[in-house]
Amino acid sequence: MRTIFFLLQKEFLQIFRNRSMLRIILIIPIVQLLILSNAANYEVKDLSIDVVDHDLSSWSRRLVHKLTASGYFRLNRHTFSREDGFRDLQQDKADIVLVIPPHFERDLVREDKATLQLLVNAINGSKAGLANAYAGSIIRDFNRNIRTEWLALNERDGPPVIAVTFSNWFNTRLDYKIFMVPGILVVLVTMIGAFLSGMNIVKEKEIGTIEQLNVTPIRKHHFILGKLIPFWVLALFELAFGLLAGKLVFSLPIGGSLWLVFLFAAVYLWVMLGMGLLISTFTETQQQAMFIAWFFVIIFILMSGLFTPVESMPQWAQVVTWFNPIAYFVKVIRMVLLKGSGWADIQFFLLAMLVYALVMNGIAIWNYRKTS
Amino acid sequence: MRQFFVFARKEFYHIFRDKRTLLILFGMPVVQIILFGFAITNEIKNADIAVLDQSKDYYSTRLVQKLTAGGYFRIDRRLQSHRAIEDAFREGRIKMAVVIPPQFGQSFFHLNRAQVQLLADAGDPNTATTLINYATAIIGSYQQELNGQTQLPLTIATTVTMQYNAALKSVFLFVPGVMTLILLLVSAMMTSITIAREKELGTMEILLVSPLPPPLIVVGKVVPYIMLSFINALVILALGVFLFGMPIRGSMVLLLLECVLFVLTSLSLGILISTVTDKQQTAMMASMMGLLMPTTLLSGFIFPIESMPLPLQWLSNIMPAKWFIIILKDVMLKGAGLETVWFQTLVLCGMTLLFVVMSIRNFKIRLS
Repeated sequence: MRTIFFLLQKEFLQIFRNRSMLRIILIIPIVQLLILSNAANYEVKDLSIDVVDHDLSSWSRRLVHKLTASGYFRLNRHTFSREDGFRDLQQDKADIVLVIPPHFERDLVREDKATLQLLVNAINGSKAGLANAYAGSIIRDFNRNIRTEWLALNERDGPPVIAVTFSNWFNTRLDYKIFMVPGILVVLVTMIGAFLSGMNIVKEKEIGTIEQLNVTPIRKHHFILGKLIPFWVLALFELAFGLLAGKLVFSLPIGGSLWLVFLFAAVYLWVMLGMGLLISTFTETQQQAMFIAWFFVIIFILMSGLFTPVESMPQWAQVVTWFNPIAYFVKVIRMVLLKGSGWADIQFFLLAMLVYALVMNGIAIWNYRKTS
Repeated sequence: MRQFFVFARKEFYHIFRDKRTLLILFGMPVVQIILFGFAITNEIKNADIAVLDQSKDYYSTRLVQKLTAGGYFRIDRRLQSHRAIEDAFREGRIKMAVVIPPQFGQSFFHLNRAQVQLLADAGDPNTATTLINYATAIIGSYQQELNGQTQLPLTIATTVTMQYNAALKSVFLFVPGVMTLILLLVSAMMTSITIAREKELGTMEILLVSPLPPPLIVVGKVVPYIMLSFINALVILALGVFLFGMPIRGSMVLLLLECVLFVLTSLSLGILISTVTDKQQTAMMASMMGLLMPTTLLSGFIFPIESMPLPLQWLSNIMPAKWFIIILKDVMLKGAGLETVWFQTLVLCGMTLLFVVMSIRNFKIRLS
C-alpha cells in the first residue's frame, strides 16, 4: 500500500511540474466547453431568400411579405431575372430562390391554378428539407387564406382537417446548449483518460526510465495503478469542474442524481484508462501510441451520437456503437441530467461498462511485461 | 543543397523504417473516411416511437400504419395510458410519442376536426424538430387522402428544384468535412510530433549544430510529410468520389492544387505547434485538444455556421478547415472555378504564410 502511495506522489509531482501540460489539461477544456457549446446548433432560421417576382400583383406581394414576416426567411434581394437568383445561389448569398411567374394572380383567378417555382440550395440536405417544408407550409397557408377570401367561404365549411398539436418534452425551449454541454464534457474527460495514461507509460519506455522502475521491487499492479489513478482523479475533478461551469453559465438542468453521473464516470474512466494501458503495452514510441489512441478516440467521438444521432446511422454502424464506450457515457449523462433517469434506467449501461472495463484492463495487465 | 537532400533522405528513412506508424498513417484515414462517410448523417430513419391510440378505430389504425410505412418511424411499443409516456421516455429508447384521442374517425367526419398529439423528446432539439416535421407531413397527406382527390379552386402548385443535391443526400454535406478534418489533423499532428520528438530525445541539438541552417532543417523534416499528406489527400479524394459518389464538377487540376495548398497550411500549423512545445505529449494534446473540437464544431463541418451567435461566426474565420470545406463544396459540387473561390484560396495562402513567419520567429536555435 505504501508503495502505491509513493508512486502516486511521484506521478502527481511529474504532472504538476509540467506547467504547459497542466494548462492544456485544466484550462483549455473548460474554455472549449464554454465557447464551443454555443456553436453546436442545428437551428435553421434566417434563411436568405431571393425573390424573382415577375407578376408584381397584390397577391404576389402579399405572399412575399408573408414569407419574410414568418421569421424563417430573410429577404436577400428582389430581382427580375432568374439568372441573378441562380448566381446568388451559387455564391451562397441565397439559400432559396422563389420565382413567381408573370400573370400569377390572373392565372389563379381565371384558370384556378398557378405554379410557383422554388430553387433550394440542397448541399446541406437537412437544411434544404426544412427550408422546403417551411416555405411549403407558408404557401399552403397563403393559398387557404386567399381561397376563403376570394370565394367568401367560412372556415368551417372547408374540408375536414386533422389538427396536429405538438409539445417538446424535457427541453421546452429547444435549447441546443443543454443538449451539447454534457456531451462535450464527456469528450474532454475522455481525452485525459485515454491519452495521457497510456502515453505516460510509453514515455517511460521511450526515454528508458522504465528499466529503472522494472528493476525495483515494485509489483506489476502497483506500477499500473500508480500510473492510472492520477489521471482517474484528474478526469473526475475535471468532470466536476465542467458540470459546475455548465450549471453556472448555461444553467444546465440536473434532473437526476449527480451520484449516478459520477458513479458511471468512475467506471467509464477505467475503460478508457484500460484502453490507454492496452495501447501502451504494444507500442514502443509515444508517436505510435498517440496515433493509435487518436484513431480510436476520433472514431468513438464521431460515432457516439454526440453530434449526429446514433439512430440515423446504418444498421452495421449502430452495431459498431455497441462497442463504443463514449456512446454509452454520452447517452447516460444526457438521460440522467436532462430526463432525470434513475438507477433502473441506466443499470444495464453501467453493467456493460463494468464488463468492458474488466475485459480491457484484464487484457492490458495480462499483456504487460516487466521484462522486454 | 546536397546537404539538404541528404537530410530529407534521413527523414524518409525514419518514416519508412517505422512500419507501424506508416501503416497507421495510411490505414487510419481510409478507415475513418469509410466509417464516417456512412455513419455521420442526420437523416432520420427508423426512429423508435410509442403510440397511445385511445380511439382504436379504423381511421386511427390506418394513421399509425401510414406513420410507419415511410421508413421514418418504427413502433417500439404501444402504451395504454398517459402516465406510461414519461416512463417510456426515461428509458431512453423512444424519441417521440403519438397520442390519438378517443373517437378519432368520428370527430374527423362529423365535427370536421380531429386531434392528434405529438410529444417529442426534445433533449435532442434537432431530432425532435425533424421528427415533428416528418410526422406532420405524413398526417397532412393522410388527411388529403381521406378528403379524396377533389380539385379545389384557386390552387397554387409549387415545383421545387433541389439544386446541387437532388436526392438530399447528407453524404454531400458531410464527406467534404470529413475529408478536411482528417487531412488537417493527420498533417498537423504528424509534423508537430516529429519535431517535438527530436527535441525530447535530444537529437535536435545534434541537428542544430550541423552546418545546415535551421530553417532548412525544418523544411527537410516537413518535405517527406508534404508528400505523405498529399498521397493521403489523393486517397481521401478517391474514396469520396468512388465510394460516396461525390461528383467533381469543377476542374480537377484546381482541386488538386487546392489540396496541396491545404496540406501546406496544415503542415505549417503543425510546425507552429512544435515551436511552442518541447514535449511530444504537449504537442499531441495541443493538436488534439486545440484542433479536433474547435475544427469539428466551428468549421461548419457538422453545424451550420450561420446558426451560430455572431462572435462565434467571426471566430470561425480563423479555422483553416472552414475555408477548405467551402472550396471543396464549391469546386466538387457546384463546379465553381477559381473566379468563385479566389477569396478562400487567398485566405488559406495568407494563413500558411502567417504560420510560417510565426514559426520562424518562434524557432529557437538553442534548446535551453
